[in-house]
Parts: sequence; C-alpha cells; structure tokens
Amino acid sequence: MDFVAILRIALRALARNKLRSGLTMLGIIIGVGAVIAMVGVGQGANQQVQSQIANMGTNLLVVQAGSANMGGVRTGSSAVKTLIVDDMNAITRECTAVKEAAPGVQTRGQIIYQNQNWAPSGGITGTTSEYFDVRSWPIKEGESFDKSEVDRAANVAVLGTTVVDVMFGGEDPLGKTIRIKNLPFKVIGVTVSKGQSSFGQDQDDIVFVPYTTVQKKLAGITWLQTIHVQAISQEATALAQQQIETLLRERHRLRQDEDNDFMVRNLADVAQLAEESGRVMTLLLGSIASVSLIVGGIGIMNIMLVSVTERTREIGIRMAIGATESDVQRQFLIEAVVLSLIGGILGIMAGLASSGIISKVLRWPTSISPVAIVVAVFFSIGVGIFFGFYPARKAARLDPIEALRYE
Amino acid sequence: MATASIPATPEVNTRRGNVIHMEGVHKIYDLGEQKVHALRGVSLDVNKGEFVAIMGASGGGKSTFMNIVGCLDRPSKGSYILEGTDVSTLNKVDLAHIRNRRIGFVFQGFNLLARTTAMENVELPCIYSAIPTKERHERAMRALTRVGLKGREHHFPSQLSGGQQQRVAIARALVNSPAILLADEPTGNLDSRTSVEIMDIFQDLNEEGITTIMVTHEPDIAAYAKRTVIFKDGRIRLDQVVPSRSIAREVLPTLPSVESELASQDGEQE
Repeated sequence: MDFVAILRIALRALARNKLRSGLTMLGIIIGVGAVIAMVGVGQGANQQVQSQIANMGTNLLVVQAGSANMGGVRTGSSAVKTLIVDDMNAITRECTAVKEAAPGVQTRGQIIYQNQNWAPSGGITGTTSEYFDVRSWPIKEGESFDKSEVDRAANVAVLGTTVVDVMFGGEDPLGKTIRIKNLPFKVIGVTVSKGQSSFGQDQDDIVFVPYTTVQKKLAGITWLQTIHVQAISQEATALAQQQIETLLRERHRLRQDEDNDFMVRNLADVAQLAEESGRVMTLLLGSIASVSLIVGGIGIMNIMLVSVTERTREIGIRMAIGATESDVQRQFLIEAVVLSLIGGILGIMAGLASSGIISKVLRWPTSISPVAIVVAVFFSIGVGIFFGFYPARKAARLDPIEALRYE
Repeated sequence: MATASIPATPEVNTRRGNVIHMEGVHKIYDLGEQKVHALRGVSLDVNKGEFVAIMGASGGGKSTFMNIVGCLDRPSKGSYILEGTDVSTLNKVDLAHIRNRRIGFVFQGFNLLARTTAMENVELPCIYSAIPTKERHERAMRALTRVGLKGREHHFPSQLSGGQQQRVAIARALVNSPAILLADEPTGNLDSRTSVEIMDIFQDLNEEGITTIMVTHEPDIAAYAKRTVIFKDGRIRLDQVVPSRSIAREVLPTLPSVESELASQDGEQE
C-alpha cells in the first residue's frame, strides 16, 4: 500500500473533524511552542553571559595579591605586599603560555576639574599601556601612557567615558588638566565605553594613570594589587595558571606547606561555570515545558481512541476488502503522526513568535538554534508514534466480523 | 509482492471449474460457559459460473457460512478449498490477501466510506494490493462503467440513491477481478424495483462468468439465482436448482415505475 495513498486517507480523516483535529493539535502546538520559547530564553541568557565574559578580555587570568592564610588570619589583598612589578616581569619573561601582562594598583580619590568634582566608583587604577590590550579595551581618543611616562611616574591620565560625561559635559577633555588628590594630571586619552559589568557595575566610571604614579605619588606603596595576564590561547589558560602559580611560589619563596600569598583567577573557569549554570537553566525550563508536550500527546491518544471507536465500521470494511492488520495500524499511526507533526511545525512557529515577543517586550535576549528546531520536529513525530501506537494497535486488533456488525 | 505470500498449495481434489470445495466444515464458538455449534458438518461444491442463493432462518448458520466462504473466519474443523488453495489453514495476513484478490464483498448496508467519492471507494481494494495509481484509476473506471455509473465517479455516497450506492459497492467488489462475488442480503435496504435492478446487474455479471453467492431471506429474490441452498440448524437442508428462474431484464418492464425522485435520478443517468 503506497505511502501517498495512506497520507491522503489520513489527511481526509483529519479534515473530516477540523475542530477536533485543531484542538488536538493545539496541545502539541502549545507544548512544542513552550519548549522552543523556553530553550530560546535559556540559551539567550547563556549567550549574554558568555559575551559579557568575553567582554572582560579574552583568555584573561587575574593574579590577585592576598587571600593568603597567614597563621589562620586571612588578610585582605591590600595588606599583602609581596606581589611586585618584578613578579609581573618574570611572568611575561618566563611563562611560555603567557602573551602579555599588565600591573594593577588601585586607589580612591576625588578628581576635580574647574568647579566639578567626582569620585569614580571604579577608582583610580594605576597600570601600563598593556592593560588596554589585555582587557580588550581600546583607547577611543588620544593615546595611552608610553613607557617613559610610566618610568618617570608622569602625571597623565586616561579617562573612562562616564568620567568624561560627568566632568566635561560636551567639552573635549584631551589636553585638559584635572586634579587628583591635589596633583595636576594631563588628560591624554579616553577609552571606549565598555558598558555594565555582569554585576551591573558601570565599568566606564574609572580613571587610569601610570602604576608608578599611583605607587609613588598617590598611594605611597611599592607593591601591586593585581596583575592582569593574557594567555596565548583559550586552551593555554590552564597551563598559564599553573606556570604562574609555580613561578610565584618560587619567587615568593613559599615552603611546601605554605599557602599561596596570591590568587590566580582564570576567567575561562568562570565562563565555564556560567555556561554550566546556563545549561542547567535551559534544561530546567525545557523540561518544565516538555510536560505540556506530554499532555498534548495524551490529547492525541485520547482523540485517536475516540476515532478508532467511531470508525469501527470503516475498519471492518477496510479489513473485509483486504486491509491487513499492519495496513490498519499504519493508517492510524500515520494519522497520529500527521496530527503531531503539523502541530509541531505550527508549534515551532508559535515558539519563534513568542520568543520574539519575549525579547522585544521583556528585553530578554533569546536565541533559537536550528538544532532545537530539528529536535522539536523529531520529538513531535516521536510523540505521535508513542501516543498513536496504542490506539492504532487497538484498531488493527479488531475482528472484521464484529467491526462490520458495529452500529 | 503480496501475491508471493499466498502459499502455492497443490490442486487438492478439484474438478475442472470448481471454485469452492467445502468438506465437513464445522464452526464452534467458544463463549466460555457454553459452546455454540454454528455449523455442523457442511459440505458444498460451487462450480465456476454458478449463481447460488443461500437461504434459511436466522440462526441457521448462513452468516457463519458466509464468513467462512468470505475468508473472514476459519472453520473449526473440515477443509475449505478456494480455487485450489486450502484457505482453512491460512494465517490472518494471507486471509486478508485472499479477501483482497479473490473475493468481492457486497453488503446489505452498502458499507461505502462516507465523504469519499465513488471512484475512491472503488479504488480501495487496489490500494491494498499496491496497484499503481494509473492502473488503479483505469480499473475503477472500468468497474464503474460496468455497473452503469459512468459520469458519477466523483459523487459522494450521500449524493447517490440507495441503488446507486449498491452499484458502487458492486463495482468495488469487482475491481480486483475476484473468483467469487459474495453478496450478503444485497437488496435488504432497497425498494422492490431497485432490488430487481440490482438483480439485473448480478445476472449480467453472472452471464459474463462471475461466480456469485448471495445470502437472502426473500424467496422472490432467491428466484433470480440458478441454485438455492437452504441452511437449518447448522446443516444444509436443501440444495436444489431453481425451478422457474426469474430474469430481471424481463421483470423490469412489468414493474410500475416508482414515483419518487429515485426514479427520476435513475432516469437522468440513463
């Protein structure tokens, strides 16, 4: 019995009861639509987290001073004075997996320009020009400090866009002089806007000066608080972390039983963790939505059972003129699959539409992968087969004599 | 491909032209508590080209007999050889193939599929024997022409009169060129004039050589057959040649033309 003929019979049988078929499909439409939309929401959130992490800098590792357990007393990073600029130089020199490194030393303070004053929430960061490479944070206007400015602890500053907006209004900040802790600083550059961090902090509310200037003139310290390190590749981050830890333990002359007096944070780990939690969320949303798909499947089963009972006589006629059990079973199975497949395709459209609405109205990013659509199609076929099997079996098992006599 | 699954049984005890050979057929229904002995040893031979009317009171075993002849059921005991094939031992799938190719059913209630055109109803047996679309259409067209329904192939059963519906059913029974035409009370739902018209078709087909077996409880309908077999209490009570056979072609002109629209509908068609 050829497939086109069975398909025609199935479509005709479904068209006979349009309202009923439509309502049955609605169960699958809602189910598939919900799964598509929820997975879209989950994946969209995941992608956003990923891009925020990438935004922090590619293949980034952060070495932080402190968090050492010194005789049971955990001290803050500022209290640890062992991380110095020579460590950083050693890292760039000796660690093969490291591409670049930039020092970091923070201080806080009021900045003043004419009659404006402002305390940037990101503080005043002392660093070198490598910092902007490592953090993928280019200079928009002007330039960053050069080596000689770092060496002589020059009073030059690079501003984040928020600081420019607050202090200068519409004015061009380049070449202007601001005062930080009563010292005059020449503005030589402005960074591009980096937007909010994943914690909702304004990353552009910040002032950069050479690290030597912070150490000597603003804070009066000799050590560093952070070293930002860029590994040569994504895969090399773990190796770089290991190399840095070994090197620094050696340089800081830590004994075997001593804890690190520094901490290396690998952003790839953070990214992986975020991805993991994103995947869990997607799975959770998807499985909640799947429940409605199962309910839709039960709807199909219900209607198919009703249909088999109603069409007992038809089944009898078909068997009398030569339909075998498997012909009858195939016919009802295909009806169920056609129901669920059409429902599935409409459900995909509904899912795409509703995730579009979610991202428009709720401003929540959504992302629907082609894989999700293919899976949805196969899943709805599977639902049709699974829930159509029992009714089809029931139809095929009918005794033709009884079925012909059925009123 | 389905043909291959019908076992090629050797010719068993068949004289030339013997379509049905039944010997000592019993049918016992086991209803748990009691056993119903519906057929108690039926032996019957039907030759090619015969027109047999099966008669008898309800409960006499004629329905059970027809179910076995039609391969819808198997005998509990005894053998049934249809055109040289012993069908009493076949499985369900093989029986379905036998029904599809060798038996044409005509029912009392027409049993057409609703919301399905006359053409598609007639094509149905061909669908189950995997006949290509083009040949299917040709065969169905030929069968419909044969029962005088040319021009009505795209009508739905609800748009046809009772007589026309029964003709569609006859066309459906003929489409796979079966060995026997099996009619179960074919005129039970029809008025007397239409009944004679249907008998006219049966007699025409029989003239062309189609073996026909028809269950009826109306003696005047049975009179259109060539031979009558009467069942009683699960056995054949009487098996005789119809003494004065009615010929539908001759009876029709003597009948008053029916006043209803049925007649005018049939008139249009001619």
